[in-house]
Amino acid sequence: MSIRVQIRLYASLRGLEPPSASNHPLPSGTTVGEALAGLKVPGDQVKLVFVNGRKVDLQRVLEDGDRLGVFPPVGGG
Amino acid sequence: MTPPQSSSTAAAHEDGQRYLRNRESITEAQQAMLRRAHVAVVGLGGLGGATVEILARIGVGALTLVDGDRFEATNLNRQLLCTAQTLGLPKAEAAADRISLINPSVRVHCVPRHLEAKNAAEVLGGSHLVMDCLDNLPARFTVQAAARQLDIPMVSAAVAGASGQLTIIEPQDPGLETIYGPAESTPERGAEIRLGVLPYTVIALASLACSEAIKRLLGIGTGLRRKLLLVDLLGNRFDIVEI
Repeated sequence: MSIRVQIRLYASLRGLEPPSASNHPLPSGTTVGEALAGLKVPGDQVKLVFVNGRKVDLQRVLEDGDRLGVFPPVGGG
Repeated sequence: MTPPQSSSTAAAHEDGQRYLRNRESITEAQQAMLRRAHVAVVGLGGLGGATVEILARIGVGALTLVDGDRFEATNLNRQLLCTAQTLGLPKAEAAADRISLINPSVRVHCVPRHLEAKNAAEVLGGSHLVMDCLDNLPARFTVQAAARQLDIPMVSAAVAGASGQLTIIEPQDPGLETIYGPAESTPERGAEIRLGVLPYTVIALASLACSEAIKRLLGIGTGLRRKLLLVDLLGNRFDIVEI
């Protein structure tokens, strides 16, 4: 059983977005942390993770149709 | 032939005309509110330079300008206050000079030194709102701590490459910790190390930050409290997430 989620990786993480980012397949029961590890997103860049427009933690279990996003720390001006 | 105007007549005419193009969106009463407002701009680089330009032009009455740096050539790509003429000059002084050219009625408090925990509350005291326009993460937390101590809101924008973020933090809100994690484990800099800072991104985010500030000062519109605007100009993505 698999689910499909939309993945958006911002700024310096943009290059890690998979070609299937708009409809990315994952095993049912995958957590946010597992999904990001699978995309090789560096752990120190994972401070602000959101699903469906709300901040979540890495233990959040993804569901079919979720929109997962990661915005790395940015501080330039 | 129109007789030449004396300088005082010209100034009076200018005062009557200056905010006419604001008027359809900002009433006279609201313009007076802005004239009584005092905003601190901390960091006078890319974000801060554009912020000063906008806040002075729209008619914020008093600006505290805080930056201990001087302009250098690497600032020329994005920092509006940095020109061939201001290279080597203190950023705070260049900002004050710019304001005197575009709106001399603005009361300016020039602070040509870095904001530190020991002087932050004193420097920002008397301000109604602070604009976090800094370029490093620990200093942003220092400004936030002072804003909390002074019980004033802080508008915080940050940029890396073609991406940026923006929020407004009230004194009682969780604030920057929800974005960056705990202050003590926050690195000095973020993704801008790899992506640099592009002029169109920084000026876009400064404009949006000024919009947040003006809305907050006037009590109008919908703000970004406990929300973060995420901007990705490469993909034309504009998202608002709850934090």
